[in-house]
Amino acid sequence: MRLITHNMLSCNIKGVTNGFPLKIEAEKVIEKEVDFNPDFLRHMFAKIEWKALVEAARSMGYAELPEDSPDAAAIDSADETFLRKLHHALLELHLEEGALVCPETGRKFPVNKATFWTHIDSVDQSGGSASMWTT
Amino acid sequence: MKLKQLEGLLGGLQQFTNPKVDLEQYPTGPHIASRMLFTAENSYGDITDKVVADFGCGCGTLSAAAALLDAACVLGFDIDPQSLETATLNAEELEVEIDFVQCDVTKLELKGQVVDTVVMNPPFGTRKKGADMEFLSAAMKVASRAVYSLHKTSTREHIKRAALRDFNAKSAEVICELRYDLPKLYKFHKRKEVDIAVDLWRFEPKLN
Repeated sequence: MRLITHNMLSCNIKGVTNGFPLKIEAEKVIEKEVDFNPDFLRHMFAKIEWKALVEAARSMGYAELPEDSPDAAAIDSADETFLRKLHHALLELHLEEGALVCPETGRKFPVNKATFWTHIDSVDQSGGSASMWTT
Repeated sequence: MKLKQLEGLLGGLQQFTNPKVDLEQYPTGPHIASRMLFTAENSYGDITDKVVADFGCGCGTLSAAAALLDAACVLGFDIDPQSLETATLNAEELEVEIDFVQCDVTKLELKGQVVDTVVMNPPFGTRKKGADMEFLSAAMKVASRAVYSLHKTSTREHIKRAALRDFNAKSAEVICELRYDLPKLYKFHKRKEVDIAVDLWRFEPKLN
């Protein structure tokens, strides 16, 4: 799982009011190079929760992102250095093995072979409580 | 990438080894999948350099198609761990990056309209009544540009009404009618093959 995806996910266990961001416990992180696309990054920037991304990147071993994000207007003229860091954090770091943890309940949900599992057991068709997302 | 090439690549993917009838697991054939994504990109620019989510991705056919058409990022969601294993193998085979999430997509809440486009071949609601509408509702909550979805032609009026009235759609258009041929997959299927008329829809969400 890449951080671009992590930045979208929120824990919706019943009763949880603040399930974002999920904390990352990284056991295995790999890096895969991807083509640099500055236009996409500029477009994406507005949707990113910055602090969550910085913290998540740190959990994955990447501490190069600035603590404070440039404001949206400045992004249009942002120099390539910043965009390259953003690119690396969002798209090139992969969480292969580890867990995502609900910030409120501490419940852990595994990441195995890069897939994020919200059911701990295999599919429980009766809607068992092991699921992260319950009604 | 040309349509024929895309169709060829998708045709090589592994499909469900043990399809679960209650989840309405049917493979999205390469013919439909390639045309669906090709149209989404060539007519509307909704795939290349966009964040694309595949709801009910199964073995990842639509996800793979999006990745092959150079989506910036592809996310595949499905409730079934076995399908996701196959989907992961398919992604590796094609050497494309897809982030898979195992979850019940009808109960998913992403942080707003954070993806550009949702593509899906949802359950038609023959096992779990209303499943098609639940998928559509969920998709419309997370997409900012468009939702592409397949639904039985017989449900056309119902879908249009629900999309515009209840699911925050700015527009709801059938962009083409397809014949979805389902091979005999389950024991209860009597005929060797059956042809269902399906609509390929494009929904445009209002921006919140």
